[in-house]
Amino acid sequence: MSADKLRIGFIPLVDAAALIVAVDCGFAATENLDIDLVREVSWSNVRDKLNIGLFDAAHMLSPVAIASSLGIGHVRVPVIVPFNLCLNGNAVTVSPKLYSSLQGLADGNLADPVVSARAMARLVEERKKSNAEPLTFGMTFPFSNHNYQLRFWMAAGGIDPDEDVRLVVLPPPYMVESLTSGHVDGFCVGAPWNSVAVDSGVGRILHFGCELMARASEKVLAVREPWANENRDVLAALIRALSAAAAYVEDKNNLAIVSETVAKRIGVSADLVVRSLTGNLKIAPEGAIRADNRYMLIGGSGVNRPDPVQAAWLYAQMVRWGQAILTDELYAVAQSAFRPDLYDAALGLAPPPDKGTPHDGIGAFVGPKFDPAAIASHLDAWRIRRPGRPHLSVVH
Amino acid sequence: MTGLRERLAFKRPSGFGRSAAENSVLAEMRKGSDQSGHGSSPPGGQRDSTLKIAIVDESPVRAAILEDGLREAGFLQVERIAEHRNLLARIYALDPDVILIDLESPSRDMLEQMFQMSRAVKRPVAMFVDQSDRASIQAAVDAGVSAYIVGGLRKERITSILDLCISRFNAFSRLQAELDRAKDALDERKVIDRAKGVLMKAKKLSEEEAYALLRKTAMNENKKIVDIAQSVLTASELFK
Repeated sequence: MSADKLRIGFIPLVDAAALIVAVDCGFAATENLDIDLVREVSWSNVRDKLNIGLFDAAHMLSPVAIASSLGIGHVRVPVIVPFNLCLNGNAVTVSPKLYSSLQGLADGNLADPVVSARAMARLVEERKKSNAEPLTFGMTFPFSNHNYQLRFWMAAGGIDPDEDVRLVVLPPPYMVESLTSGHVDGFCVGAPWNSVAVDSGVGRILHFGCELMARASEKVLAVREPWANENRDVLAALIRALSAAAAYVEDKNNLAIVSETVAKRIGVSADLVVRSLTGNLKIAPEGAIRADNRYMLIGGSGVNRPDPVQAAWLYAQMVRWGQAILTDELYAVAQSAFRPDLYDAALGLAPPPDKGTPHDGIGAFVGPKFDPAAIASHLDAWRIRRPGRPHLSVVH
Repeated sequence: MTGLRERLAFKRPSGFGRSAAENSVLAEMRKGSDQSGHGSSPPGGQRDSTLKIAIVDESPVRAAILEDGLREAGFLQVERIAEHRNLLARIYALDPDVILIDLESPSRDMLEQMFQMSRAVKRPVAMFVDQSDRASIQAAVDAGVSAYIVGGLRKERITSILDLCISRFNAFSRLQAELDRAKDALDERKVIDRAKGVLMKAKKLSEEEAYALLRKTAMNENKKIVDIAQSVLTASELFK
């Protein structure tokens, strides 16, 4: 029987590891899939090529899949998520200059995001008084955790991310150059770009994404819903191949081969990939290391099964920052874009009886626990948000 | 998005220019106070020399070809942006009606930011909103061009610009292919000349004899002369 041919788009980032390993280490072939992995330069391209059928599936920012299904920011195309490719993996990096300003204003350890957010707020206040230009931060896409994580963190310190600072979209390959030139003062981006900035001596990692939210769906495998319905068996085979690849990536015995394979596809040194996959990151040019085994999760317990709580959280961020309105209908669409049923069916699994820790599925560093069934009241807990609601209460 | 779709589907009896009233509607829309971006459509539709077009392309040659094509077609306000730095600021300053961007440019994601609601920036409307338009999206993607439309413009006018860009892009690709072939030919000449030199020196041959030897060997071995010449050069390196 001839293999099923698939074209899958991806952006060269470490969090595409499961996809890359599935193709390059034989897991796709085992499932009789012949995958053409197509490297892309922008998320807009990935989205558009998936939308119009040039790609059968894509490595995609989790919020983009939801935005496509909701029809916000672009054409409405029902896109579904049958597999979660990565949880976490981002980091906030700042210039050495910004870091030392924050140190001067910190009332505790800057490694604590509560402390760093407050220090940021003081700095923003000082700069306003001296009529300095607002601080500028880079993020990768309007519908991205990079955008939401920067906003969530800053707002926790009292900064209005739309009024007090500038957030600009920058393609990941431009991040380091923009930090070097002073075009931005910091950024939130995925691996390996934070490490590249540290290695070039122009940036210092302030926070891992997982320090802001313990579990954040970062990248997903996205497919068009009609395609999924017409190609159930092929999709199931793809889910199995990705699941096997993700487990292979997560097994530290395979670290060397996995890192080389991924490094080759994304065009960086294997060492940078090792650091990201193990969560052992050099955070400062002079060599300080921070380790966190939640830094980037490609496989393992509960990582790959699409979690509708994550979808609801991302939709809540869209509402908080004025990208979407809050309605029951949109909420239902957002949640049902994540399809654990397809994942379970492909792998012959029964739905898991219990959710992992943290039990709200998100684990944000401040604020009330997230209840997906009560987005409105959850959002009311936040003073700083876009639609300009009355100040109801303050959570710091 | 349904409002916009309806608007794009709006059909107008052909052969009418734009009236003063219609012009003011267009001007009103360009002010972009409409936060949703779904204002009513200007009923105009003739090719419009006042249409401001920005080309974002890091390839200066291709951008020049596009610009020339647009000017020939009567679009007089065409600006090129080659640098990604401060791209959005430059676009805001320019305030174009249409932005054309190379699909192979990572800067494309920067433009997505314009599609966000913001009090400072008017909300532009993506051209590819009408889902019935798959064929033209496909053609644009294939040709490597993507268009973003700022403000509310009529589909027919955009389609004509896009068609023009696609044909120009294809022309550029052909030109590029020809240039590559010419460059290859030049490179081959150089290899053959150097191999002739090696043979002339090593075997005390004249230039004609050296070339004849290369040609004869190539014919005997059923290979191209340039391949034989390359082998000669490789061998002579080894014997050094």
